[in-house]
Amino acid sequence: MKRDLAAIVLFTAVVLGVTATADSGVVLTFVMMTLYATLMAQAWNMLGGYGGQFSFGHALFFGTGAYVQAMAQLNLGLNAWLALALAVVVAAGVGLFVGALTFRYGLKGSYFALVTLAFAEVFRIIAVSVGFTGGGVGLMLPLQESFANLQFSSRRGYIMLVLGFVVAALGVTAWLRHSRFGAQLQAVRDNEDAARAIGVDPWRVKLGAITLSGGFMGAAGAFYVQVFQYIDPSIAFGPHTSVEALVAAIVGGMGTLWGPVLGALVLHLLADLTRNLFGQLPGLNMVIYGTVLVVIVMFLPRGLSGVGRSVRDAWRGRK
Amino acid sequence: MLEFGILFPSVLNGLTTGAVYALIALGLTLIYGVLHIINFAHGASLMVALYAVYLLKQHLGIDPYLALPIVVPGMFALGYGLQRYIINRASHGRDENILLVTLGISIVLENLALMFFKSDTRSIETPYTLTTVAIGPAMISLPKLVAFAGALVTSALLLWVVTRTDLGRAIRAVAKEKHGAKLMGIDVDHVYAMCFGIGLACLGAAACFLLPAYYVNPQVGNGFVLVAFTIVVLGGMGSFVGALVGGLLIGVVESVGGLFLGESLGQIGIFVIFIAVLLFRPQGLFGAKA
Repeated sequence: MKRDLAAIVLFTAVVLGVTATADSGVVLTFVMMTLYATLMAQAWNMLGGYGGQFSFGHALFFGTGAYVQAMAQLNLGLNAWLALALAVVVAAGVGLFVGALTFRYGLKGSYFALVTLAFAEVFRIIAVSVGFTGGGVGLMLPLQESFANLQFSSRRGYIMLVLGFVVAALGVTAWLRHSRFGAQLQAVRDNEDAARAIGVDPWRVKLGAITLSGGFMGAAGAFYVQVFQYIDPSIAFGPHTSVEALVAAIVGGMGTLWGPVLGALVLHLLADLTRNLFGQLPGLNMVIYGTVLVVIVMFLPRGLSGVGRSVRDAWRGRK
Repeated sequence: MLEFGILFPSVLNGLTTGAVYALIALGLTLIYGVLHIINFAHGASLMVALYAVYLLKQHLGIDPYLALPIVVPGMFALGYGLQRYIINRASHGRDENILLVTLGISIVLENLALMFFKSDTRSIETPYTLTTVAIGPAMISLPKLVAFAGALVTSALLLWVVTRTDLGRAIRAVAKEKHGAKLMGIDVDHVYAMCFGIGLACLGAAACFLLPAYYVNPQVGNGFVLVAFTIVVLGGMGSFVGALVGGLLIGVVESVGGLFLGESLGQIGIFVIFIAVLLFRPQGLFGAKA
């Protein structure tokens, strides 16, 4: 635990250092978007990597967070910071609700993936169909830059905000690695029956994981709204976000603390590189994501951080 | 409220759509029943088939129905290749990997289509696109009627292959007991790839029947894929009869639901059924008890 915490502090220092010294908007935007992707990947990792429950519909929590963030300000006139807290809580609550339904009936594996996908789709259709979400047009947040409104004139402000969430997510993940709850969660992932036999309650443990995961994913959604000041049903609940979260976690290495960070970084570097090489071709980014996903699963089932581990093991073996 | 003159055409329309749904779901259920994997690339594969039909019509002037002998074998080859050379290799014997690989394939296919065709929605014009046939008080468009008949014939053909041929016997043997089948000299990898190929061939047929009355865009598969999953889950994973009945049922639910709730909200009925079945009866209507 101490080593993980030290690593998190080091990580924070590096990000802060880059943010403070960077003088181009491109670099700052890159840092912000990579942190944002890291947050989503880490949220997915809590449930998928440590809990072994593969969600294909994490956009459900993302969209919930995003819409609560927007609607709490527009419809309820809530302060943006309060809205943010509410967004996280509601998204975590949706996680609890979906988890209670699905795990109650022992859905796992492909069935769980399908049901999360279906829930995201149901929410998308509802968001399109009812009035108070702005329907298919979406919701627009008025531009009022101030600290109290959670709107910053510089990317640096947003970086601080998302960095806070990323550090919290890393902290929670480190806690999953070392705590009793985390050990139970990993036991359920590896063998649910065996875990139950030694007195672990799989239902309660998985429920905890999906609630945590939903909360952090909701935070990412709320962050999105604050940065882009706009949300519509397909951005919020469309499959794109779900895919981005899970691909980054898997590419980096799920069930690890730093895998999602690595995955998000590599994918964003790759996306930027191809954008420079080929220009803005629609869909190209996702083609690369998909290809990388297939290649990683085919050749590196433990993800990129698994490579590091293999090299380290080989090195130690030789010594 | 339930006036026959309104309800009857709606049900009939639902049945014609449902038959095509059933055809798509049959491919999915065959793949699931034998390989025990959920093919997330099913919707994207349908999209590929639809573009193939579209391109054949636009550039070579081949009528969608006459394109059947081209598109169906083509899709079969695509499916065989995908399973044999990509999915099987990437699986490392783990279901989660297959899930992820088929998801990856669907992302790639969908976005390649986006790159090449942009997100425009395209449709084709045939001499019979707007022809309608009167059945009682209902007017049904001719392409939909052809799709209905075509889907039923294709389903019957598929059932015949699975129940009456040597290949079908091998498929059923592998589905029941993979290791036993291997000991009997059945090439399991080949049978897996055949199943995947046949599953995608169904999509090829569905695409030929669909396009005259439908459209294609890169996301078109998404709409079908959840519907097909719903049908497969509703009918019981791996059950052919279940897929047929489930397909027709869902078609009617969607059509009648749309009548009362409006087009977009009508779709919700499908997902509510889907989630409810997954939660309360995951083995489906016709599936064996899990």
